[in-house]
Amino acid sequence: MSIYLNKDSKIIVQGITGGMGAKHTALMMDSGATIVGGVNARKAGTTVTHKDATGTDVELPVFGTVAEAMKETGANVSVLFVPPAFTKDAAIEAIDAEIPLIVVITEGVPVQDTAEVWSYLQGKSTRMIGPNCPGIITPGESLAGITPHTIAGKGPVGLVSKSGTLTYQMMYELRDFGFTTAIGIGGDPIVGTTHIDALQAFEDDPDTKLIVMIGEIGGDAEERAAAYIKDNITKPVVGYVAGFTAPEGKTMGHAGAIVSGSAGTAAAKQEALEAVGVKVGKTPSATAALAREILQSL
Amino acid sequence: MEYQAKELFAKHGVTTTLGVVVETPEAAKAAAEQLGGVTVVKAQVKAGGRGKAGGVKIAKTPDEAFQYATDILNLTIKDLPVNRVLITPATPPEEEYYFSFLLDRSNRQYLCIASVEGGVEIEEVAKTNPDAVKKIAIDPGKGVDAVKAREIATEAGFPEPVFEQAVVMIENLYKVFVEEDATLVEVNPLARLAGDKLEALDGKVSLDENASEVRHPDHEHFEISDEADPLEAKAKALGLNYVKLDGAVGIIGNGAGLVMSTLDVVAYAGENHGGVKPANFLDIGGGANAEVMANGLDVILNDAQVKSVFVNVFGGITACDEVAKGIVGALELLGDAATKPLVVRLDGNNVELGRQILADANHPLVTVVDTMDGAADKAAELANA
Repeated sequence: MSIYLNKDSKIIVQGITGGMGAKHTALMMDSGATIVGGVNARKAGTTVTHKDATGTDVELPVFGTVAEAMKETGANVSVLFVPPAFTKDAAIEAIDAEIPLIVVITEGVPVQDTAEVWSYLQGKSTRMIGPNCPGIITPGESLAGITPHTIAGKGPVGLVSKSGTLTYQMMYELRDFGFTTAIGIGGDPIVGTTHIDALQAFEDDPDTKLIVMIGEIGGDAEERAAAYIKDNITKPVVGYVAGFTAPEGKTMGHAGAIVSGSAGTAAAKQEALEAVGVKVGKTPSATAALAREILQSL
Repeated sequence: MEYQAKELFAKHGVTTTLGVVVETPEAAKAAAEQLGGVTVVKAQVKAGGRGKAGGVKIAKTPDEAFQYATDILNLTIKDLPVNRVLITPATPPEEEYYFSFLLDRSNRQYLCIASVEGGVEIEEVAKTNPDAVKKIAIDPGKGVDAVKAREIATEAGFPEPVFEQAVVMIENLYKVFVEEDATLVEVNPLARLAGDKLEALDGKVSLDENASEVRHPDHEHFEISDEADPLEAKAKALGLNYVKLDGAVGIIGNGAGLVMSTLDVVAYAGENHGGVKPANFLDIGGGANAEVMANGLDVILNDAQVKSVFVNVFGGITACDEVAKGIVGALELLGDAATKPLVVRLDGNNVELGRQILADANHPLVTVVDTMDGAADKAAELANA
């Protein structure tokens, strides 16, 4: 089992003909994910060719709209590699087509665009992951995003993180155990799927035995997750928070990653998590050691 | 800065007094003469607490304006040098209010905060009388029209003589918020002046950099480069995501989370090596090529405080062989000018190729370490040597 994405996921790529879209369509195909086509209104009716996991060339149709792509292919996931200026419209198109899952990889989306998409999404059937995220991988089954599929295989760990490279680092640290699903929710101030959403999904997934949650300075997502864990999560959770030594008032890369006064510090987040029984590591390797200890005792 | 916020207020019809921005005491005096009467001399820096830091003074005469401008232009407020002051007519408010629109991350919507009890002391009011600070959620899909603005003004409790002005101002402030793609539009104080005139006396606007990049080329003129650190300015010109810090271990990595984590790991390692700390944050981003890597090294090696450099890359999109080529290329380019040791940790995409390139180059300054912890320890040790 897994969360949000599995071997039955049929993926289309919005922006399949662009540079990033083409490159990562190839990598997703190579991982064994089922990519069934792409969307580009100006190139509808054409095809693109990529090799699948066995090295066989596969011709992928390019459709004019998401709705058409879904009708023709049965797609149930869309990965967005469209430029930031067009991300809002592309996301809304996918939501209107009632696709169950959109994964927005695009970095640099205006936050008010994301806020509008989030508002539009309310009461609709689509789940959004991202924007500005590495996407989601269910090792051995499917990949919707840019996470390298070679880092780790299938196993009992569920991983949720804001950061892409920390996702990779943690998968690498725990590659001897493996993952049900690893999801990068994105570093923007507003994202479609939160730590809390992923925690609940992992709680409900029978194959996930332990959850690793990676956070970072800024905002209060980790504190809110801690409160949620207390009342709703029975599985063991191990946490890591990046930015213990970050100075106040300096934005560390992600738009939201800033310590303002006493708010948003890594220490405060660690305290909130530990107060509800989450073991928190000071470094990725220390966090992996905590996870390993629990996994060996299960 | 205040004068920039007011420029955006004026653009969208929010009542305010622009005043005159000057960079010398002489110009301050001339501005005071031109405005006539009592003026306010205000430091223009991107920081709060200007009043408490001595950055806001009332000048009765142009000579006083000269004197206060001299004093204020010599100030440093929260590490920021004051390079310009704003001269405005002194307009003592009869009442002060607080008003803002902001991005509410936690609830994934917008929020309006308003209080008619106290403007500049809003934080104090929030503590002692939280009911006087009204918070009104705004649905980003619906926004603020005339009807919503009226609802907000009623909820906030604006008094009758300025109520209609408040409704118009709220609509216009929302225009500033959405049309300029702000994450914060704050008026503090929003003042009721003599004759029941409502005016934005001071303000702050934070703009969303992503949006400025995508659809507001005109926002570029708000970037004041003279306040940034010279290394930060150089990095910015090269398109690098760099923050100068105060330590001796230069850091380069890919991905904001991993770089933040690297800073932590280096700081912990430093505890065993004379307390050395990270010198900077530098994220070369996803898919960085050899040139980006070389640019990053160039910035960091120019930091006089840097004693050693730690390159920490986990290749996802980024290919480790590109990173290795960047390191080798930059060192070749620098030649004898390169004197600082580099510790490199590579993992992920094309890691074997990357390590091979570094091994083949066999540069005396480069040490390759397999793990993040081990590499951090080595870099800290070298910075403490």
